[in-house]
Amino acid sequence: MTAALELSGLRKSFGKTEIIRGVDLAIGQNERHAIIGPNGAGKSTLFNLITGRFPQTSGHIRLHGQDLAGKAPYEINRMGLSRSFQITNIFPKMTVFENVRCSLLWSMGYKYNFWSMVSKSRALTDGADQILEQINLTARRDLPAGVLSYAEQRALEIGITIAGGADVIMLDEPTAGMSHSETDYIVDLIRKVTENKTLIMVEHDMGVVFGLADQISVLVYGEIIATGRPEDVRANSKVQEAYLGEALEAEH
Amino acid sequence: MSEQDQITTDPTKPAQRMRAGSMTISATPWIIAAVLLIAMPYLFPSRSALTIMNQMSITIVFALAYNMLLGQGGMLSFGHAVYMGVGGFVAVHVMNLISDTGAPFPMPFLPIVGGLFGMGLAMIVGSFSTRSAGTVFAMISLGVGELIAACSVIIVVFFGGEEGVSGYRDEGLPFFGFDFAQQIEVYYLIAAWLMISALLMYLYSRTPIGRMANAVRDNPERAEFLGYSARWVRYYSFAASGFFAGIAGGLFAINYEILTEENLNTASSGVILLVTFLGGVGFFFGPIIGAIAFTLLQTVLSLHTELWAFYAGVLFVATVMFFPGGLAGLIMMHVPVFQIGKAKQLVLPYFKTLIPGAVAVLGVSALVEMTFHYRHAATGDNEMTVFWTTFDSHAILPWVIALVVTFGALYLTRLNAPSLREAWAEANTPDGGAA
Ligand SMILES: Nc1ncnc2c1ncn2[C@@H]1O[C@H](COP(=O)(O)OP(=O)(O)OP(=O)(O)O)[C@@H](O)[C@H]1O
Ligand SMILES: [Mg+2]
Repeated sequence: MTAALELSGLRKSFGKTEIIRGVDLAIGQNERHAIIGPNGAGKSTLFNLITGRFPQTSGHIRLHGQDLAGKAPYEINRMGLSRSFQITNIFPKMTVFENVRCSLLWSMGYKYNFWSMVSKSRALTDGADQILEQINLTARRDLPAGVLSYAEQRALEIGITIAGGADVIMLDEPTAGMSHSETDYIVDLIRKVTENKTLIMVEHDMGVVFGLADQISVLVYGEIIATGRPEDVRANSKVQEAYLGEALEAEH
Repeated sequence: MSEQDQITTDPTKPAQRMRAGSMTISATPWIIAAVLLIAMPYLFPSRSALTIMNQMSITIVFALAYNMLLGQGGMLSFGHAVYMGVGGFVAVHVMNLISDTGAPFPMPFLPIVGGLFGMGLAMIVGSFSTRSAGTVFAMISLGVGELIAACSVIIVVFFGGEEGVSGYRDEGLPFFGFDFAQQIEVYYLIAAWLMISALLMYLYSRTPIGRMANAVRDNPERAEFLGYSARWVRYYSFAASGFFAGIAGGLFAINYEILTEENLNTASSGVILLVTFLGGVGFFFGPIIGAIAFTLLQTVLSLHTELWAFYAGVLFVATVMFFPGGLAGLIMMHVPVFQIGKAKQLVLPYFKTLIPGAVAVLGVSALVEMTFHYRHAATGDNEMTVFWTTFDSHAILPWVIALVVTFGALYLTRLNAPSLREAWAEANTPDGGAA
């Protein structure tokens, strides 16, 4: 079976500095994979490469076996990969409902349709309302997304990421800046919405990582120093040294 | 906090609520508009009124088309007159073709020809200009605008050089007995096209591509990660906007029977930006208000003062600086007040501030007029009339009066402004809301 996502020899330089320095990684179908590592390790950059936000300097990215080289973000999205952003990236002036509805349009086959009314489509309205129900924002439905609380905006970000029905979901620090109870809420949400999907997640909160992930990769200075099941990674001495020791300590 | 108060509807029945909502918003304003359009010639039957109303309707169509770009698509164009202009030129040529060959083409459909050519041009230009929405787009629009305007003196066959191209609208096949020789027939033709175009543009904004135009305007990057190419979304908006601008051009051709270089140039492009912004880019009906207000300024005010363009300019600058939402934004600002039910509380404070304010504005304009007269009237011609009062612009007394009135009014405005601000804040606070 081909991996859902496969990176081989991936490199990225910004000017003279090489930020991603040869990453090889295969993420299986329906796996929940967490990428951890210190600040500035290149986790977000890795996400940006995979989703076509930046072109890679060299190496290959394959989604379900298909090379993504030269593909624009919208093409990659249409192939079934969807992402959220570390810094909340929604449509702040639109209502919460519209945010979700917009993210359903392409996958429901509307494309560049200019002859049907969005409000007349039962499937669209019900679909968006279902997502709102899932992310627990039904009560906020008709508010401009920009006025939501931080945690609610993060939930909405996840909502519009999963709405299009992509089977590979990439979340960049979904719980960053949240309180304990908010984090628990988001973790439950992520678990619920990524059922039978491939999840790739960057996360600093070790509780979240060990709670959710089947597999963990540790990225340090643009290189993956370890990949494996949570308990193996936790026990890995290299990881202890480079990152986890600190991170686990910070938890307490 | 007050967030709770904003949810006034029952969140347990989202789907139902939404459908009920979308039904009630749609029909009423359109019916009112149609009735008004039909009734206007009975209320204002004079020739000059018809002339003004025709100009208004054409400007409304153009401004709405322009706002498909600016308001809905987030693209600032400095050269949009060319799409209306080219549509209009083609329409006049077709008009002449009809006159010359007697082709059985009904005149009422002429605007479609204008629209198709406006759209064709937009599709060509858009193919390279819609790559981005920001400065690059604005600069390309300006460049292309200048380029095509310059063509008007080069490609004389099409643009007619300095005299432009003219034709006769009444030489076509009569359409159900109408030959459009009468101005009133032209009025209703334009009014019908206004209704059709406005409705279509409104409906367009509710289609998937129309919604995505908003999304791309607000956050092009996010839209791309939802499967939409921001560039293609912009391209569709651009083409659609070109189509309706071309319709406006076709209507212009029918109404004036002549198109000249003026229809293409940057000044005309600037005017439509001004009209749209004045009305407000944030609401669909904004450009309609803008076009009505501007046409009135242009036609009525210009009868009374040579300085009308100066006042229009001041109004524009004031809008940009103080009311970036335009006239529509100003109106819509009051919706929450009405919802809370405290609109009555604003009446008195408005009176107390806006009446002196209006006097101050009139006073300033009187001073401007007097200065203009003092500096520019022929020597010996010292007599001038402002606000139905005739006096000697070189005498001291009128100046003293104007200055005292103006500054007195300004003082009163400033004196009362804080209480208006307070009343506004109070009217926007629901009773018992701050829990
Ligand atoms: N567009 C860019 N141009 C230049 N340098 C960049 C760019 N994007 C990221 N970098 C650099 O790449 C390095 C890795 O950044 P990245 O955001 O990928 O780290 P990260 O692992 O996501 O960190 P964090 O945990 O803080 O989110 C940083 O040193 C950053 O300054
Ligand atoms: Mg990051």
